[in-house]
Amino acid sequence: MALLEVRHLRKSFGALNASDDLSLSVEPGEAHALIGPNGAGKSTLISQLSGTLEPDAGEIRFAGQDLLKVPAAKRAHLGLARSFQVTSLFPEFTALENVALAIQALQGHSFSFLRSVKSDRSLHEPALEVLQTVGLASEAHRQAQTLAHGQQRQLEIAIALALNPKLLLLDEPMAGMGAEGSRTVVDLLQRLKGAVTMLLIEHDMDAVFAVADRVSVLVYGSVIATGTPDEIRQNPEVQTAYLGEHELHVEG
Amino acid sequence: MISVHHEGKVGLVILLLLLFLPQVTAAFDQAYLVSTATRILIYAIAALSLNLILGYGGLVSFGHSAYLGVGAYVVGILGFHEFEGSTFLGVPGTLNAWVTFPLAVLISALFAFLIGALCLRTRGIYFIMITLAFAQMIFYLFVSLEQYGGDDGLMMMSRNVFSGLDLEDGETYYLLTLIVLGACAWLFRRIVDSRFGRVLQGGKQNELRLTTIGIAPYPYKLAGFVIAGAGAGLAGALLANHMEFVSPDFMHWTRSGDLLIMVILGGIGTWTGPILGTTLFLLLEEFLPVLFHELGWSLLSEHWRIVFGPTLILIVLFARGGLHALLFHEEE
Amino acid sequence: MILFIEQLLNGVQFGMFLFLVSAGLTLIFGIMGVINLAHGSLYMVGAYGTALGMSWTGSFWGSLLIALPASALVGWTIEKLIIRLLYTRDHLDQVLATFGVILFLNELITILFGRSPLFLSIPEELSASLEILPGLNYPLYRLLIILVGLLVAAMMRWMITRTRAGMLIRAGTTHREMVEALGVNITLLNTGLFVTGAVFAGFAGAMAGPLVSVGVGMGEGLLILCFVCIVIGGVGSTKGAFVGSLLIGIVDTLGRAFLPDVLKVFLPPATAAGVGAGVSSMLVYILMALVLTFRPEGLFPVKGRKAA
Repeated sequence: MALLEVRHLRKSFGALNASDDLSLSVEPGEAHALIGPNGAGKSTLISQLSGTLEPDAGEIRFAGQDLLKVPAAKRAHLGLARSFQVTSLFPEFTALENVALAIQALQGHSFSFLRSVKSDRSLHEPALEVLQTVGLASEAHRQAQTLAHGQQRQLEIAIALALNPKLLLLDEPMAGMGAEGSRTVVDLLQRLKGAVTMLLIEHDMDAVFAVADRVSVLVYGSVIATGTPDEIRQNPEVQTAYLGEHELHVEG
Repeated sequence: MISVHHEGKVGLVILLLLLFLPQVTAAFDQAYLVSTATRILIYAIAALSLNLILGYGGLVSFGHSAYLGVGAYVVGILGFHEFEGSTFLGVPGTLNAWVTFPLAVLISALFAFLIGALCLRTRGIYFIMITLAFAQMIFYLFVSLEQYGGDDGLMMMSRNVFSGLDLEDGETYYLLTLIVLGACAWLFRRIVDSRFGRVLQGGKQNELRLTTIGIAPYPYKLAGFVIAGAGAGLAGALLANHMEFVSPDFMHWTRSGDLLIMVILGGIGTWTGPILGTTLFLLLEEFLPVLFHELGWSLLSEHWRIVFGPTLILIVLFARGGLHALLFHEEE
Repeated sequence: MILFIEQLLNGVQFGMFLFLVSAGLTLIFGIMGVINLAHGSLYMVGAYGTALGMSWTGSFWGSLLIALPASALVGWTIEKLIIRLLYTRDHLDQVLATFGVILFLNELITILFGRSPLFLSIPEELSASLEILPGLNYPLYRLLIILVGLLVAAMMRWMITRTRAGMLIRAGTTHREMVEALGVNITLLNTGLFVTGAVFAGFAGAMAGPLVSVGVGMGEGLLILCFVCIVIGGVGSTKGAFVGSLLIGIVDTLGRAFLPDVLKVFLPPATAAGVGAGVSSMLVYILMALVLTFRPEGLFPVKGRKAA
């Protein structure tokens, strides 16, 4: 059974059909990339998956459950974690505190008023581990807003990872990163492959081809093709959709 | 400047020194200062409670004095019925502090719960306006209570009774208030450092992310609102006893504005900031007219409040860190 | 029945005052994103301006010639000195800074006019009553206020829906940066908007002078009610401000007039009077609570608004 099933999703903003009969499925354990031209509706889809936007019509099933009946704040507990395209951290908290809060959210005991969080090993040790996984352990005690852009993007992923997700929704994790930063993230994603199911939205074709098991192409709010990276690269419809954009002409 | 790391120790030292204020002022024949100091301590408790939701939670509540007023009136009404030998909805009056204080805290918490539940359904500009509107509603509610003095307020025949202590004695009352303030400062610090406190601060910084990691902000904001209301209610109970008088003026919306000023003057979102801000604000209120009078500036000594407006604006625009930023520096 | 219609008209008239002040307020929130607590002070300036004008010219129209420019000038000064520094600030800063303006203006007025409230009388020319229904003589002055209010509402509706400036205003409510990018002088638009709001508020104050007591702090009492109107109507919506103001004006006036009597049916007279007075002063807030429970965005929310 697919881990994530999106069926005939529709979402309109006035005359714009951001999601137009969108259907997609993600199998457990796979790294599934979603590509498409700008404005295709990728972020709209992610927002509907994470619950911050309500679809006009359609169905989303996650691990067999009807996700649309689940409020946004409960979806993380089902195992759905997302990272944001535009960095969305807790800027005044340190990197460690950012991740610790996610772990605290997962543990669910937040109505505790007197015990100090500073001495809570059940939060800090797992948080440090997650930071190590993404390669940010050395910056653990730096305030998030003082981190370099690339480090902030790593923290973005760390927070989502800390939720021990069944499905990781990554919205352009490499947005705004240079070559080296992108390599770090690609490394990370390759390490996570198999252990965590991923739905990855990306423009960076090198990353997509390095990481993805399957690729879906989103154009004008609906998926026009799904297949292995090679299949997609050779698909004529996809090439037409990307006509003029250089990203599809990738080596190897 | 002292490292913020030592804030607690500095606070404790000052607290211990303040224990001797009555003796010191008596030595200089300025015993009335103890009463001024008591008032400062009481409002500091209210400011601390507001700082929890304002400074750490990012909730601009422009109606906080309402809960202070409610706490005060609980004490006032119970005292009134005790003196009259009558009852309030079947409940007899009392002067027993073991009853009046917890009741004051409980009932202001209840008001905060009901109002917070409604206000917190909104955010931003709406939220600010609605907290102000509801506070105004409570003001009118108490003005309409003819039985308890209405507009003119209600005199209390005596202060509450607390075990064996003679609360009528100014010094004793001062010491009691000082201890309560110390306890509150400690308690609010624990709350801020707790898991709950983390959620509150997280919500202030990025509510969307908080939701996405699986925490619904509303219940926590409401809990914070209630705790803050309870704290203000405690301050109200102390104020009623201190002044032996309660009046709707306690909850006039301008008093809410004053509380906001106290918090920001001292340093919003800091531990001892609210206490510093309250002290400066009330000292200015008490002594600015005297100062102007001494200087012979009669117009200003009568209309000293005109200084407050522009000063507030300047602080808001240019000195957001408040007094706290002058005294302490962040560790990094 | 006659009494009811009379009170209903009073409620509409009160609603017009609320609308004149709320309209500017909601546009300033909606477009400039600034919460201006000192808006009520402009109402107060209008009232005191009229008082001053009356003592100088003895004529109502003459005093309007003083009150309106005074409100415009004070509004302009506030915008240039303080509000423009607040556009990029957070709500707390705006609230506190404009609270500071209130403190300053209130004290200034006290210095200039003293602490006792002033009592103005309805100008001679307008003090007649019209028999609008058999048995009902209604003051001309109040009718005039209603008329003026409706005129302003109509004018505003026309301007916002049918002129270029209005289009910019509507666009600015939801797409500020876009409007700026189109080369519109946002600074001028903002100042113009603020001063217009100030003049409306001042005008309301000028007209209110003879009907209420003119005192320091009169602005704030009205302002808080305007907040209620705006919340009920929906922030940024002038239609909402109009409906909200009418609703609040009518509910408040009718409530105060008739609630004690209604309660006398159920409660002993003394209690009814007391409870009636208390509840009627809270009525509008209870109404607001109801709207908040079922429609937190207000009755006419401006669609597509970014978070308030």
